[in-house]
Amino acid sequence: MTTLQRIERASSRRDGFRRSWYRFSKNRLSVVGLVTVGIVVLLAIFAPYIAPYPKDAGAVVNFRHANEPPNWSHLFGTDDVGRDVLSRTIFGFRYSLMMGAVVLSIATPVGVVLGLLAGYMKGRWLDSVIMRITDIFLALPPLIMALLINAVLGPSLINAMIAMTIMWWPWYCRLVYGQVAVLRNETYVLAAEMGGARRPHLLLKEILPNCISSVLTKMTLDMAIAILLGASLSFVGLGAQPPTPDLGTMVASGSNFLPDFWWIAIFPVMAIIFTVLGFNLLGDGLRDFFAVEEQELDKQ
Amino acid sequence: MSEQTLRVTCLKKYFATRRGTVRAVDGVSLSINRGETLALIGESGSGKTTVANTVIGKYVPTEGQILLEGNSIAQLIYKRPKALRQRVQMVFQDPGSSLNPRRTVKQTLGLPLKLYHHESREERKQRMLELLERVELSSEYLTKVSSALSGGEKARIGVARALAAEPTLVILDEPTSALDVSIQAKIINMLLRLQRELTLSYLFITHDLSLMRNVATHAAIMYLGEICETSQKEEFFRNPLHPYTKMLLSSVPVVSREEEAMKPFKTVLKGEIPSPIDLPSGCRFHTRCPERQTHCSEQTCELLEVHTGHWARCHHFSEAPQ
Repeated sequence: MTTLQRIERASSRRDGFRRSWYRFSKNRLSVVGLVTVGIVVLLAIFAPYIAPYPKDAGAVVNFRHANEPPNWSHLFGTDDVGRDVLSRTIFGFRYSLMMGAVVLSIATPVGVVLGLLAGYMKGRWLDSVIMRITDIFLALPPLIMALLINAVLGPSLINAMIAMTIMWWPWYCRLVYGQVAVLRNETYVLAAEMGGARRPHLLLKEILPNCISSVLTKMTLDMAIAILLGASLSFVGLGAQPPTPDLGTMVASGSNFLPDFWWIAIFPVMAIIFTVLGFNLLGDGLRDFFAVEEQELDKQ
Repeated sequence: MSEQTLRVTCLKKYFATRRGTVRAVDGVSLSINRGETLALIGESGSGKTTVANTVIGKYVPTEGQILLEGNSIAQLIYKRPKALRQRVQMVFQDPGSSLNPRRTVKQTLGLPLKLYHHESREERKQRMLELLERVELSSEYLTKVSSALSGGEKARIGVARALAAEPTLVILDEPTSALDVSIQAKIINMLLRLQRELTLSYLFITHDLSLMRNVATHAAIMYLGEICETSQKEEFFRNPLHPYTKMLLSSVPVVSREEEAMKPFKTVLKGEIPSPIDLPSGCRFHTRCPERQTHCSEQTCELLEVHTGHWARCHHFSEAPQ
């Protein structure tokens, strides 16, 4: 296929998906991000089938193979009690992804709904109440607050997720609020109102679809931050507890054996970097993709 | 055909701002009969869009009464807002921004049909096809997303959406100002045809006098929230009374020398429209009026019926009617 043909094909309006993919894939880095995220997700889902020693994810001891450097039977080496680091790292993706996904899937809807209401009611009391509460939450440093909440509730994976969710929704509220405050003055919203539409229709069908793209982008970028924050909490001992194969926990216990048994900590660290990088690249790609799309919507 | 669709009496709409009260509309009276078109003409800032927004119920008037087919809008908006919205529809200035870029034509047109007429899905589909036919578009447009339409197509969909509610009064807020000249003519012809077919009343807001000449049956000129001249269209062009009207007519660009010679004034309109917060004393137009006299800046002037059905607001007529 020549470039011209490809462009022609891509610009045919009927082939919307192909065109979108063409535009998205023009940026090589976003494709790299997508592939990385895809690999991480697949590894997490199929961890028990992919990991060479699935049992090592739990509380297993095998002192005969303790602290083995990377070799052919243990590609990432073994830890201080003889568990396969590769297997534990693969299982570690599960906890990291789950953490990010759970936190965002609760924080996003809460933030979006509150932002929609406040933005639509801009200037009324509901707006002030919601946004002042949001401001208070935004003024608190997230890691410190998460530490505090966890210290009160007790250290566990669930509590870490609760703490992160509480700290996360205000960002979505703020993001959506800003957009809705602008979008509600669009003529098409007034036009729909003239068409007899009620508030739920205006909010959900006319306004919300036009802020979805930025919410999606932020979610992708936030996955990276959530995974990092989750790992940090685990690292300081407030998240998942050993022997859970959480990446942060693994780095924490592995760091005791640096620099001699470097592989115990380094491979989980690299797994974190891989995941975070993947989500960041994908998020940047999506942001550019949507920016171009918005431009086209405006132009036409 | 003399049934009155809209009657606005002494409408005032003030906005309180930090810098003072904006007197956007200050005592406007007008009426439109069934099947007629009133062109509301004025510069930007003269208050014509505020009049429109008050008529559709978006703003609550500070003072004055608006009657829609004999019913007060102030009461309708509280008791039966749906009935008001159904009978007064608006075609917006910029067809691009008045359609949600992410919604299909079917969704856009379906909304008023669903809410006002409670028809079955089949009937609705049928109605949509009829509407598309009325605005000269084919049925394949139903599945298109608004952002994929051209400017002219969007304008047609905007008109179709307004008609979907089966209104009696359609407010056209500079419906063609965002379009190419060639498309403008087509849209205007379409609007005229629709008016004949459906006996619609139009409130046509524009600043384009030549456009007004083609569309309107009556004209009203607004300046700083007041009507300074109103009459039938022919009378208006034949015998403009107010200096502002004469200047507006002179500022219409023409092609030939003969047409240039026919202009009532040689001077072109100078200066900016004064701020509606800090209104000029006396006659509001005196700051830009070429026929200004000393008392113009001191005494306010009233809208007077100079000839039958031809009203003007100018001191020249308050002393000795022509």
